[in-house]
Formats: sequence, C-alpha cells, structure tokens
Amino acid sequence: MYNQTEIIKDTTDLGPEGELIVNMGPQHPATHGVLHLVVTLNGETIKKIEPHLGYIHRSIEKMCESLTYRQFIYVTSRMDYLSSHINNTACALLVEKGMQIEVPERAKVVRTILNELTRIASHELWIGAMAMDLGAFTPFFYAFREREMITDIMEDTCGARLTMNYIVPGGLMYDIHPEFQTKVKAFIKQFKEKVTEYEDLVTGNVIFQSRTKGVGILTASDAISYGCTGPVARGSGVNCDIRKIAPYDAYDRVEFDEIIETAGDSFARYMVRVKEMNQSIRIIEQLIDNIPEGDFVGKTKNVLKLAKGEFYQRVETARGELGVYIVSEGGTTPHRIKFRSPGFSNLSVLNHIAKGSKIGDLMATMGTLDLVIPDIDR
Amino acid sequence: MLSLESITKTTQDWLFAKFSPQIALTIECVIVILLAITLFAVLGLVLVLLERKVAARIQIRLGPNRVGPGGIFQTAADTLKLIMKEGLTPDAADKFLFNLAPFIVMMVAMLLLAPIAFAKNFQIWDINIGVLYISSVSSLSVIGILMAGWASNNKYSLLGAMRSGAQIVSYELSAGFAVLTIVVLTGSLQISDIVAAQENGWWLFKGHIPVIIAFVLYIIAVTAETNRAPFDLAEAESELTAGFHTEYSGMKFALFFLAEYINIFIVCAIGATLFLGGWMPLHIGHWENFNHVMDYIPSSVWFMVKTFFLIFLIMWFRWTFPRLRVDQLLNLEWKYLLPISLFNLLLVTVIAIMGWYF
Repeated sequence: MYNQTEIIKDTTDLGPEGELIVNMGPQHPATHGVLHLVVTLNGETIKKIEPHLGYIHRSIEKMCESLTYRQFIYVTSRMDYLSSHINNTACALLVEKGMQIEVPERAKVVRTILNELTRIASHELWIGAMAMDLGAFTPFFYAFREREMITDIMEDTCGARLTMNYIVPGGLMYDIHPEFQTKVKAFIKQFKEKVTEYEDLVTGNVIFQSRTKGVGILTASDAISYGCTGPVARGSGVNCDIRKIAPYDAYDRVEFDEIIETAGDSFARYMVRVKEMNQSIRIIEQLIDNIPEGDFVGKTKNVLKLAKGEFYQRVETARGELGVYIVSEGGTTPHRIKFRSPGFSNLSVLNHIAKGSKIGDLMATMGTLDLVIPDIDR
Repeated sequence: MLSLESITKTTQDWLFAKFSPQIALTIECVIVILLAITLFAVLGLVLVLLERKVAARIQIRLGPNRVGPGGIFQTAADTLKLIMKEGLTPDAADKFLFNLAPFIVMMVAMLLLAPIAFAKNFQIWDINIGVLYISSVSSLSVIGILMAGWASNNKYSLLGAMRSGAQIVSYELSAGFAVLTIVVLTGSLQISDIVAAQENGWWLFKGHIPVIIAFVLYIIAVTAETNRAPFDLAEAESELTAGFHTEYSGMKFALFFLAEYINIFIVCAIGATLFLGGWMPLHIGHWENFNHVMDYIPSSVWFMVKTFFLIFLIMWFRWTFPRLRVDQLLNLEWKYLLPISLFNLLLVTVIAIMGWYF
C-alpha cells in the first residue's frame, strides 16, 4: 500500500527530525496548475518531495466509456490541453486501426502539420513558463508572440484556440481554411526570424545556464525504469520518439532528426525542446506545399463499432508517449479505456532527481519536466 | 534665477525675520518632514509607473494605458485600492511585530533620505559622516524584513526572510567597499565634499579603471541589497510565492512595496552622487563654452537625470535576467565580488596616495 504523508494542517508542525514541511500547491505560482507537492526541507535543501494528485481529476476515462467512438475523442482534448490535436489524433488512429478505415492522404498530411504546430505551440508556452519559474519574465511574452500566430491558425481551422476538436475517425471534420497555407508559411517565416531572440535571451544567458546545467540529473537507465518518455527521456539519451519508432500519419515520408542530448540535466531537456521546435518547422516546411488534393475524410459507417478485442495506439505528444488502450466488447462504446499519459511517468521521477538540491533547483527541474496537471490527473 | 537654493534661502530668511529662532526651526522641521513625505508618495507613484512602462517596453506590450493619458494615474488608482483594502493580520502571527515590520522598513528608507544632496546647497542634513551614516542605516532594513518573515508565522515568509538576511549582510560588504573607494579618493565622508571634489570631472571618468570596477560592483551590490531581480530571492515568487511579505495585504503590503522603490531611488541617488558627480553638471576639461552651456541646466535636473538613469539600469536588469539560486548568490559575493573589491580598494588607495587621478 502506498504510504502517503499526511497533508500538513498545522503550519507550526515540523517533520519527525525537525525538518520544515512545506505544502507547495495546489495553489502555487510554479506548479502550473493544481499540483500539490509536500516538500520536506532541511533549510533550503530538499529532503523529500511527495506529489499529491487528484485536484483536477475529472474521470475522463470513465466518461469515455459511456461515449461512442465518434464522441469520446472530444473529451480527450481536455486531458493534455496543450496537445489536444495530438490526443485527438491518437484516438482517431486507434479507431481507424480497429475498423480498418482508409484515411485519405490529404487528411494524413493536414493532421501531421497540425500536430507539429501543436507541438511548437506547446513548447513555446513551456519555454515562457519555464523561464518564468527561473525568475525571467520577459521570455514569456516573446514566446507568446509566436504562439499567438499558431492559435490564430487553429482558430481559422477549427474555431477553437485551446481545446481544439478537428480530427475525427477517418480524417478531418472539415476541409482546411483557404488561407491555411499562407498563414502557416507566414508563421514559419516569423518563427525562423525570432527564434534567435530566445537564444539570446534565455539559452545564452549565464545565469540561466548556471541555474540549469547539472541540475536534476536523470540517467538513461533511470529514465527507462521510471517510464519517462518524450523530451525528458531524450534529454537523458534515450531513443524514444514514437514518430520515428512507429510512424503514423505522414511521419514516414518526412525527414526530421530525433533530438538526443546525453547530459540528462535540466539544460539538456531544455535544449531538446528548443531543437525540437526547429525540427517541427522542418516537418511543416516539407508538407505545407505538398498537401494532396482529394477528400478530407474517408468513407465510414454512420455508427462506428469496434470489433471485440483489445486495441492500443501510441503517439508522440509534446510531452512524450501517449498511449490509448481500449477493450471493446463489440458495442458502440468502449468497454474499458485507459490513457497512458506521459506527464504521470515524468512526474514520478521528480523526487528521485530533485532530492538533495535547493528549492530553486526544484523549480528548474519541475519546469523542464513540462508537467500539465490535467494530463496527469485526467 | 529661481533655483531650489534661492527658494530655501528666502524661506529661511523670512522665517527667522518673522519668528524667534526656536519657532522658526520647528516650522522648518515640519516643512522638511512634509516635503519628505510628499517626495516619498510622488516617488512611489512615479517609480512604479516607470517600472511598469519599462517592463512593458521590454516585453513588447503597452503597459498601463487606461487611467489618465498614457496611464499616468494608474498607480494612483492602485494606491487608492490598496488603502481601501483590509489589512489582514493572520491569527497565528506575532501581531505586534507583524504590524511593526513594514514601518521599520519604511522608516529606514526615510532616514536614508537625510544626507542626499538633491541640488546645489539643497540637502536636509549635510552630516560630516554622510557615507558612513548611509551604509549603517541602510543595513537596518534587514531587521524589518527578518521581523516580517518571522512574525508572519508562515514557512515561505521565514525562508524568504532568511534568504534576505544572508543576502543583505553579504552584499553590504561589497557596497561598502565600493563606496570606500570614493571616500579614499576624496578624503572625506561628507556628501557635499564628495560632490565638490567632482567639479572638474566625475569620479567615474577621473578615477581610471578601478573606479569603473567599483561602480560596477556598487550597482551589482545595491541591486542585491534592494532585493531586486536577478537577486530577488527574498521574494522569489515562483519559489516562495511572495517571500517575506506573503501574509501582508492592503496598506501594509503597500509600505513594503513603496519602501522597495524608495530604496532603489536612494541607492541610485547615492550611486549618482559618488560616481556620477551628484548635482554637478558635465564638465569636460578646457571646453569653456561647453562647460558654460552645461552650467545653465539646473543642478536638480542633473541630479535627477543621473539618478533615473541608474534606476532605469536596475529596472533593465530585472526584466532581462533570470533569478540566481541562493548558493550561487552567496558564492558570487564571497568568492568573486568581495576579493575583487578588496583588491580594488587597495589599487584605489595606491592611486590616491600617488595622486594618479586627474
């Protein structure tokens, strides 16, 4: 049985050895949501971190079980709200795989472009929030300037700026906006011009480097044993990009590099994400001029029914590997559904890598883990 | 010419002609106190607005622009809001110390105003140990911060106060040594003497590289002493929510906030006085005509321009740099700044003895 420490109610209470026990969260500026960390401190040094979850648990998995295969996709936009297109893609891919639905090329390419735009938007938000955790406010506004262009593109495409619902089993809900290509190209142009500003303001900053280098070191074997995925694991030198290992949609026909850094510290995780943004731009550049003409959605039955059995689909979200596991009894709704969210595994490593460091390091480490709490709690 | 000097002189003459010396002195005291408080309020309003505008400029946004033309009344509106807010005192707090702390921080800031020369012959108290007075009084503010952190009975506040204590005590040394270099060059602790010594050129230009080093050290140290980013560990809002003033609200919080900005003004005013010649106009060697033109600009304008330039510099730091970690902060002081400033002081002493400055 997992043995939790009590949530401290009396503020004058000290730990068993006279340590200071601080409740960070659920409302704390650096936990980015309602994460609750019970931190045991010896002065400024962290002795133990215990995450308490469940403040934003909405039982999304249970809800999905009562929704049809067309409906349940929209709930998943609310899990990792920064990669909603990618979550939707995972669910759509699973249903398509289960029912052998043929997806038109046009839909595949547009999905890939949207997924990469989502990834960039997510990393942009992360870079701003991470710099803010370290006390630099300005990069946030620089990052949001570019993110704003992506949210505008998303708004044109599907009407929403955050929890986008655009991907359906078989393809896309609507055809793309007529100005989609010009807007994406304008974004690529601006991003390439402005990305050097981040390098100047954040990456090259001496204080930033000294705050992140050698902080929160995660070894490759630990990353594997804790089940870390995405940029967190790739920062430790683990080869885990699902887009490379098991390509889906149009990823098998584009050229891009899987970014691997071997240092395993916060700076390596930072560099992975910054370089990943450039790779995403590379993918979009290859596809944006080559969107094939044709249908945007494949032919599907009106009522979708998955055959009896178990189905699994994994995709690479901005945070790592998202797995969707469905047990079907042959009906119109999933019998049992389980999401393997990247954030949960990445959070579990926090105590291991932040133990023994200072409070300031905890913020740097937590920032580079890139936690989205609704994704962890679901 | 209607300068600040002539105004004070006229007032003084009029008061002493009209009243007995004791009463005249009392009236003068009241006037000075009222002026000081007014200056505080105005400075608070101006500096907060300036900070927000500077931040907005750096962060590609507009900043306050709704209340009044260009948002100039924004801070006045904010102050009104803070005055009307309830000043909560937590149940478990040490009520006396909790309520006392903001006033101590404020009082220290007010005391520091005394020896600052705002313009030619316009100074509240030209004390003969001016620089010593400034460095000793400014170190008192840590007591207010520690008091606030301890009395709040909040762990974040306590951590913030501890950080602040370690930080201010350490950086006081570098600031002190940087100030000492100018004292060594001038041979006097009196502010008016220090300003008078810079009549032919500011110490920053006259004193060769060691004084430039001292100036840089001074700016770093006072940024740390006023708890400003990148040394804002005492507040560190992503780590300790708001550090030592987490539990404060309403006007008590506003006093901390105001004291921070007043402290910035004061350290920048002292920096301008010591290194940039205070109210002395810019004079260049034998360019008689140029010097003559410069003399026409009032001395108070010179002082304010220099001070606000330094304030802008410190604001610029805040919106550019991330925050240091607590051990890095102390390493920076004890392993780098302190040895450099000690060696630098030695160099300046040699320069002063040999008379190698202009």
